[in-house]
Amino acid sequence: MNCRSEVLEVTVEARQVDEAMLALLHTILLHRSTGKFHYKKEGTYSIGTVGTADNDCDFIDFTFVRVSSEELDRVIRKAVCEFKDALYNTGSDGMGQISLEFYQKKKSRWPFSDECIPWEVWTIKVNVVNLANEQERQICREKVGEKLGEKVINVVEVINRNEYLPKMPTQSEVDNVFDTSLKDVQPYLYKITYQITDSLGTSVSTTMRRLIKDTLAL
Amino acid sequence: MDGDLSPQDKKDLDKFIKFFALKTVQVIVQARLGEKICTRSSSSPTGSDWFNLAIKDIPEVSHEAKKALAGQLPGIGRSMCVEISLKTSEGDSMELETWCLEMNEKCDKDIKVSYTVYNRLSVLLKSLMAITRVTPAYKLSRKQGHDYVILYRIYFGEVQLTGLGEGFQTVRVGVVGTPVGTVTLSCAYRTNLAFMSNRQFDRSAPIMGIIVDHFVDPPCSSQRPAVMGQPCNYRAPDEEDGGAFAGVQDSQEVCTTSFSTSPPSQCVCTLSPSPSKMSKPLPLDSLQLPLAPGLVAHNMCPSRLLYQPGAAEVYPPAANANQLLHAGKEGGVVVVPCQPHGVDAHLTVEAPLTTPGSSGDDEGLSRSGEERREEGRSVSPSDPVESLNAFTRKVGAFVNKPSTQITAANLDLPFAAFAARGLDSEGSDPMVQPPESPPSQSPLQASLHSQGSEGSGPQDDFVMVDFRPAFSKDDLLPMDLGTFYREFQNPPQLTSLSLHISSQSMADDLDSLPEKLRVYEKNIDEFDAFVDMLQ
Repeated sequence: MNCRSEVLEVTVEARQVDEAMLALLHTILLHRSTGKFHYKKEGTYSIGTVGTADNDCDFIDFTFVRVSSEELDRVIRKAVCEFKDALYNTGSDGMGQISLEFYQKKKSRWPFSDECIPWEVWTIKVNVVNLANEQERQICREKVGEKLGEKVINVVEVINRNEYLPKMPTQSEVDNVFDTSLKDVQPYLYKITYQITDSLGTSVSTTMRRLIKDTLAL
Repeated sequence: MDGDLSPQDKKDLDKFIKFFALKTVQVIVQARLGEKICTRSSSSPTGSDWFNLAIKDIPEVSHEAKKALAGQLPGIGRSMCVEISLKTSEGDSMELETWCLEMNEKCDKDIKVSYTVYNRLSVLLKSLMAITRVTPAYKLSRKQGHDYVILYRIYFGEVQLTGLGEGFQTVRVGVVGTPVGTVTLSCAYRTNLAFMSNRQFDRSAPIMGIIVDHFVDPPCSSQRPAVMGQPCNYRAPDEEDGGAFAGVQDSQEVCTTSFSTSPPSQCVCTLSPSPSKMSKPLPLDSLQLPLAPGLVAHNMCPSRLLYQPGAAEVYPPAANANQLLHAGKEGGVVVVPCQPHGVDAHLTVEAPLTTPGSSGDDEGLSRSGEERREEGRSVSPSDPVESLNAFTRKVGAFVNKPSTQITAANLDLPFAAFAARGLDSEGSDPMVQPPESPPSQSPLQASLHSQGSEGSGPQDDFVMVDFRPAFSKDDLLPMDLGTFYREFQNPPQLTSLSLHISSQSMADDLDSLPEKLRVYEKNIDEFDAFVDMLQ
């Protein structure tokens, strides 16, 4: 199948990077997570319950809904933190992008390693600006809040097109489709990567690929 | 049209749509309560969470939604709408948004009901949660309080968007195709927030309230239709669902949904309907007229009660032990485990006290509720006077029961409730030693009196009042700090200080004195040596 690719762009102030990324990543993951599967006899399964939690942003006039899972939140925060550090530390002029990729694993015969086939990729492009005074920052708070709202609407639009989703797997296949490592929710298999654009506009050669999950190397 | 759908699938689909509609209303209303929502994930299916989502059911909201639906389902030409509006403390209103759950004719025959439709409805609910935090009304609802409150109204039938003003925007939350039509969820929201620029609000169409801040009168009190006067524990509706006021029954239906993976593309859904449910078929060809808009009333317990002296006990109007008001800022929620006695209350449900400092400060009810708790609920006043005498409350630390009312005015001074009152004739509390503040009482008392003290006599009890400790956060629950103060205002007496015990011990002490003296004299040398050692 073809991999769906969606790009979202945001312009934020430095201190808003974290929350903007979290807001969008969590919104996507909210829609791409289910409850834990419990397989029973005769090939049936039941699904656990997903709770939700509202998160108020401190530097943006915005509230987003995320899946109520501390583990997942930690993982995402860690990834966003690394992205933010990379954004500041490398000699970039504040441009970068973070990608959330949903994929399926396909078992291959030995000696080939399993394939990871993405079926949906969300790319969030970030442009960091510096603001001169408090008034501008206040305006930025509101504006970025509105922008994020628009992005959430975009995300919801895409998701509700009800396009391809991996088929529900059998018990033996569930790890090829879902991330079963969390104890309370079960997102589709995903990985988060990022790229920092240096001032020349090209990707930094040390594009770091961060595998948040224990996926196999491509 | 339904020929291709098996009866079981049809039944399941109807159920899904019904509960989807109910959950949609819950999500929307909860998102406008003005507080952050947080529910827990659970890895094991509890069997009561529709669409595998932890969405709490507020009973009143479920009830209103069911009333609006009146046994029907959203269908073609019959939309379920939730209208969110804002009402100021002056009584002006403005519609903010209208959420519409509609059905159109576009059918998707091939879709699997008990799997794909169910999961897509689940995703749609998640989208709804995300979108409800994005529309402008969300920010307004988070800031509701003294100046305005957010109300909701559920109606069924034609969508009405005229109240949203010019230039309203629409956002589509999502669609789910089903074999009988496509479910569409969208929101139309006002963009022109210039208040009262066009007073379209028709005062003859009352709005039911929700999420009322407890400092403000129930909305539309001036135009209250008869149904608004309903007490909060209104009689459970005699509906086909067995009158489940709590609404929990419904949500516990189904949800032992299991899916099959063999073969992976097929699904077998095993649903376990609860026995009391829906034994008769849903009247999809609408036999009933849609409810007149605006007549779905939400019961708001008047938020302010003034406990008048001479009254035996205070009860909230027809509250029962399980009553929970879902006020928006739950500072207004009054959870009072009142004794279900006959209401012998000289209740005064008052219009907001016009004193400036008084807005919302007298939540007498919670005070009285505490009283109940303190008395161990053992006071069963058949005689009001007796019950009064039975009270031994102290207001403020170390202060006797005041002989005057405490009313809202004392809140002009922070911690005024702690100010000492005069000893009253009942004061047999040795613990209670009024500090040297009696002189300072008089200005307070004067101000208290001026607040309309209608009591008289030394036996008068004080007025239940709630106070808001300075800097305490008025958040979800009624003021933790305030609760703390209340609870610790009246510490139990020290046994050693109670008279009869002390007199007893005094006598004992006196008796034992000679004995002690003898012992000390005997050991006088040891004591001297000890003292020398210390020097």
